[in-house]
Amino acid sequence: MTRFEVENLRLAYGHNTVIEDISFRVTQGEIVGLIGPNGSGKSTMIKALSRVLNPQSGRILLDGNNISGIPRSELARSMGVVPQTPILPSSFTAFEIVLMGRNPHLGLLRYESEQDMAITWQAMARTATQSLAERRVGELSGGEIQRIVIARVLAQQPETILLDEPTANLDISHQLEILDLIKMLCRENSLTVVITLHDLNLASQYCDRLILIHNGLVHAHGTPEEVINQANIKDVYGTGECVYTHPVNGLPIVLLKAGSGRNALPEDTINPRNKETEKE
Amino acid sequence: MTEQVMNFRPHWRRRVYAIAGMIIAAVLVVVLATTIGSVKIPFLTTFRVLVSQLPFIDINPDWVNATETIITDIRLPRVILAGLVGAALAIAGATYQGLFRNPLADPYLIGAAQGAALGAVIGFLLPIEFSAMGFGVIPMLAFTGAVLSVAVVYILARVGKTVPVTTLILAGVALGALWGSIYSYLIITSGERIHGIIFWVMGSFSLSDWSEVAVVLPYVLIGVIVIMLYSRSLNVMQLDEEQAKQLGINVEKVKLILLAAATLITAAAVSFVGTIGFVGIIIPHAVRLIWGPDHRFLLPLSVLSGAIFLIIADLVARTILAPTEIPIGIITAVCGVPFFLYLLRRRKGIVYF
Repeated sequence: MTRFEVENLRLAYGHNTVIEDISFRVTQGEIVGLIGPNGSGKSTMIKALSRVLNPQSGRILLDGNNISGIPRSELARSMGVVPQTPILPSSFTAFEIVLMGRNPHLGLLRYESEQDMAITWQAMARTATQSLAERRVGELSGGEIQRIVIARVLAQQPETILLDEPTANLDISHQLEILDLIKMLCRENSLTVVITLHDLNLASQYCDRLILIHNGLVHAHGTPEEVINQANIKDVYGTGECVYTHPVNGLPIVLLKAGSGRNALPEDTINPRNKETEKE
Repeated sequence: MTEQVMNFRPHWRRRVYAIAGMIIAAVLVVVLATTIGSVKIPFLTTFRVLVSQLPFIDINPDWVNATETIITDIRLPRVILAGLVGAALAIAGATYQGLFRNPLADPYLIGAAQGAALGAVIGFLLPIEFSAMGFGVIPMLAFTGAVLSVAVVYILARVGKTVPVTTLILAGVALGALWGSIYSYLIITSGERIHGIIFWVMGSFSLSDWSEVAVVLPYVLIGVIVIMLYSRSLNVMQLDEEQAKQLGINVEKVKLILLAAATLITAAAVSFVGTIGFVGIIIPHAVRLIWGPDHRFLLPLSVLSGAIFLIIADLVARTILAPTEIPIGIITAVCGVPFFLYLLRRRKGIVYF
């Protein structure tokens, strides 16, 4: 079943066009990764998919309905977003922030019920943030805030989750923890996930399909093996030979070698000792 | 698990108790402020006179008629008006602070006070007398000035379909400065009327009666109810606007409704008694320091604290140098600032906004 249908999307900030013309589909229950260099428009795509940014042209269908016609509260019940660097009011407690995930489910006059509290608590349990519940978010670390915001999106109980670089502030163990959790939720509850990642290795490990965005267009689209290959990576990132195969599960991995980027020096001057001898 | 969830209830219980306690305190302060004045009336007599005014309660009057007149027709309307204005300015301040996510915001930030003052000064200088909907010339023009000023700011700050908060503040501060310079010029050229104008700008309840309460009350009541309905939205809007939208808030709509409600109650509050300062900025901060930032408690507690604070401030203003009255704006600053600084020091090092 198709969840998202993106048709000929064109996105811009004023006169500065970021996405020229992009179309793709996302099926229910799959994890789709948006990858591409800095400034390629990955985050802009998340803004458009969550209707924070209106497209210049083209349209986005969610379950067959154009999202521009869906009321915000209804949209928020079916779609939750984890922003890249969430700004949180520092004096609220972590529990209060996670509880805000229940907002789209409550009317103007309704307070959170015991059930809302239980759902919130469960969301915190799944992200291992219960011990932070009474702490003010101003006192939390970047990684803790990231997990609080993921707990909030779980409390929202959406069918689709959009994540913008959810692992940017996390160490490797928390990166795995969060992405494993997302993958598990996706498999268990058949959630649909659209995730932007700049870490190509994580994208390769966790996504069912990848969309490589470059110069406002889809440069490549398909399974990790189809997208992360020597030619695509060189075309888009301009790096030298760097794509290998994971020794355990055979998925593509990217291993960088010093001196293979755009600013690479000629081979013989890389070793600083050579320079010194030249001077003398 | 539910047991652990229950641990978060005490927080809420503490805040609910606080609201109940503040309601009782407000009633006591009303009685106290009605008792004290140039004519000595015992506390209990005041209490019984006030209770006898309530419907369905019969108390055999053992007091003279003059006492009842002083209490119900002279002191009580003034006390009630002070309470209403304090409540209005405090909740408007809390709303603006929440809406703008800015601790420096107060009800006057985007031009309401300067607009009201300009209107009032024009009213003082106009050689005509009229009244409409219970407003005399000066309150009418002050109210209109406040509402028009904020409306112009809102329209000027519009960018496409959105009204960015920073643009709103900057446009408000700029227009406020413009109105300020115009009314300052009018004041220095106003001749002997300057005393009345300055008293108005600093605020005074000296000419309050029931008709003013009747005009101000509906605005404050409706405004407070509307703002309270959006208290959870205001909480979610403490995240940035993007997250608020993604959590189902129609940000521009809520912003417009809250701005309109807060501006109307501010305009109604200042139109009769002048642009009283400090209440709108200090009370919400004090409440936040004591009871936390959740708007569902911050707003009602600000209403009650603002009412209590301004009733006491007015009491001080009319008694401390009696029979001379001090402009209430001076009292709010002199009494309010030390208390606020004490709270601020006590919570030093802990983020609270």
